[in-house]
Amino acid sequence: MPPHVRLTRAVEFSTSLRYWNPDLSEAENRELFGRKASRHGHNYRLEVTLAGEPDPVTGMVIDLKELQEVIDREVMTRFDHRDLNRDTPYFEKEPPTAENLARVIDRVLRVALPTGLLYGIRLFEDADTFVELIGPGGAA
Amino acid sequence: MIALTRRYRFPAAHVLRSSALSDADNERVYGKCANPAGHGHDYGLEVTVAGEVDPRSGQVLERNRLDALVAARVLDRFGHSLLNDDPAFAEQVPTAENIALTAFAELAPAIAAARPGARLVRVRLEETRKNSFETGEHR
Repeated sequence: MPPHVRLTRAVEFSTSLRYWNPDLSEAENRELFGRKASRHGHNYRLEVTLAGEPDPVTGMVIDLKELQEVIDREVMTRFDHRDLNRDTPYFEKEPPTAENLARVIDRVLRVALPTGLLYGIRLFEDADTFVELIGPGGAA
Repeated sequence: MIALTRRYRFPAAHVLRSSALSDADNERVYGKCANPAGHGHDYGLEVTVAGEVDPRSGQVLERNRLDALVAARVLDRFGHSLLNDDPAFAEQVPTAENIALTAFAELAPAIAAARPGARLVRVRLEETRKNSFETGEHR
């Protein structure tokens, strides 16, 4: 039986970055990523969706304060006003595309949140581009 | 599932009239949208592609390839045109429903061909800020 309620909390954070695959030459990176291979920045919007049964006493799937604390600790302190390539350890081997950043965020949130509650995330890289991960590890 | 969505816009004109209906019935069904002189919208188009992340590019489908394909198949074809003149709408009324279905049918094979493993899972068409239409898989 599927969980009854989905709830979504949204946050916004800003980073600098460049799309860069260290296995490729500078010319290959420029060719593959175009202007995104140069340093630039984004205002990301992250929507975190949990799914579960409301607690019979509190009527809540999760206390939103607790959810916000997890997002602050796991996402905001790691990424907000940082450089994704230089200030974080996640993009030494792969480019900080929206897809790869979303996978990192999904992974850290899934570990930090109560088991089974994370339904999925949606990460806006800019107003016209977003990535969604639904299900454990983004598996189909 | 991991899915990438890009948003696009195209302005187009249309007239909602069915050749199967009388003038009176067209006006009854479509109201002011049946105006024979036409009207238009700034359509918003969201295209969602799912698949494995390519380790080289870190992307489900490279943005510039997706953009080029959507431009060729939808934006350049339908933007700044009267939709009723397009062969896709010779036999069907260019309602937002039919535009969304047509966009999906045009894009799905092109996206599958652009990268093995990538597939079009959703098209969402915003006709106005009040009306939107989706086809494909549900979230």
